[in-house]
Amino acid sequence: MRRRIPIIITFVVGTALILAMFIPHAPFSSLDENLSVYFDIIAVFAFILGGGNLIRVHLVKIQRKKVDWPYSIVCIAGFLFMLIIGFFKVGGPPGLRGDFLAEGSWFRFMFEAVFNPLQATMFSLLAFFVASAAYRAFRAKTKEATILLISAFIILVGRTPIGHYFTFWLPKQLEFLHIPTLANWIMGWPNTAGQRAIMIGIALGVIATSLRIILGIERPYLGAEK
Amino acid sequence: MSVVQKLGNVDRRIIFLLIALAVIIPLVFNISFMEHPTPIVQVIFDKIESLPEGSKVLLPFDYGPSTAPELEPMATAVTRHCCKKNHKMYIMALWPTGQAQALRIIENVIEEEFPDKVYGTDYVHLGYKAGGYGLINTILADLKKMYTTDAPGTHIDDIAMMSDIQNLRDFAFICNFSAGFPGLKEWVQFAGDPGDIPVAGGTTAVSAPLLYPYYPRQMLGMMGGLKGAAEYEAALVHQYPEYEFVYQRAIAIMGPQAIAHLVIIIFIIIGNITFFIEKKRQKKIG
Repeated sequence: MRRRIPIIITFVVGTALILAMFIPHAPFSSLDENLSVYFDIIAVFAFILGGGNLIRVHLVKIQRKKVDWPYSIVCIAGFLFMLIIGFFKVGGPPGLRGDFLAEGSWFRFMFEAVFNPLQATMFSLLAFFVASAAYRAFRAKTKEATILLISAFIILVGRTPIGHYFTFWLPKQLEFLHIPTLANWIMGWPNTAGQRAIMIGIALGVIATSLRIILGIERPYLGAEK
Repeated sequence: MSVVQKLGNVDRRIIFLLIALAVIIPLVFNISFMEHPTPIVQVIFDKIESLPEGSKVLLPFDYGPSTAPELEPMATAVTRHCCKKNHKMYIMALWPTGQAQALRIIENVIEEEFPDKVYGTDYVHLGYKAGGYGLINTILADLKKMYTTDAPGTHIDDIAMMSDIQNLRDFAFICNFSAGFPGLKEWVQFAGDPGDIPVAGGTTAVSAPLLYPYYPRQMLGMMGGLKGAAEYEAALVHQYPEYEFVYQRAIAIMGPQAIAHLVIIIFIIIGNITFFIEKKRQKKIG
């Protein structure tokens, strides 16, 4: 019974939503709308679940003094601090409906003075690692690798204003070899064709998986079977 | 170790240093280049330019601080353009960090450059709501079901410009700034296509190739990365010459990006030359 009820719920809701897509009349029209709202409400609970799990994982790390456990204290302290100052609107207009990002609020200050620069810095480091990785890994070892390398060069140069200056002198008959033109062609034709093929493949996979879940053949929401 | 072997195994700290110099020097000496909008960006500019004055434009901010260098310049340029054309701007976010990013644009562009714009009449900040594409699906049918207040907490019925908004179909145009999921793809799939609403936007350079299949029928146009932002800024300056002497951030930082790309290309060429020389040497020995 414990396993059968969730399977029945999944089948009924899944089938109803598929029918709602094709039947615009009541009750299916409002069903799609209402279930979307329920989905949004459940999405909010996912935040609470995520936050709770974060605290649980790091508390276990601290308790068992695992590797780098002091960083877990920093993580939990930062999380609770931001939660408290955001929830209680410290420094800003009071009340549950007050704006936690109002001018002068602690949350706003922490976001702009700490979170913003930290996240921007972390992401900026990628540029250096990409350069180093490109230098070491981009080798024309095979024909395919050579084609990839040439395309990468054209895109790297073509997606900057410098690309224009390299080939602007080409005569009109050879305009198709102008680097920005080549870059746009690579993005618009081979890339688009490849992306479309991947998208259609993914869509077919999603349809197949969804049908298997709706029909109860696959039950990932039930956890491991004993 | 021979010169070829040394060149093939350059210490990565030297690469890091050269990349840093490639970015810092053009910034210090203000090296920048002319930009020309490509059709995929120009179409977004033309759409906003051609909309009747006072049109309702939805601007979802779906990015965080990590991708702000790429997306904030395009958000700035588009918001500036909408203000110039006196469109009604409805600002929202599908990302938690998007709400604060939108606030930066409101303060630095709308409040600073267009102080005559009135909150609640010319622009409104609806804030962040969880749900991703589920939210888009909901507000396609009924926006006020999810948005009962704006971001500062004012009841939605007390905001003048929300009185004639029922759902997403009431918007003339949706211009999204997205760094990933949920983002421009979801706006196209769940709003633009089913609701027949013109959707366009900007995205990071990494995500841009994934969205080309939607152009031009399901997605009107796209600003891909910093280049796209610079092209939009160039289009704005071309149409409104008064912006020629206003700092255009994307155009300014395209210079360092271009030089850094050249440095990366030079390193790749050096790496491949040393690879082939080593390969030839190994063949001779073998």
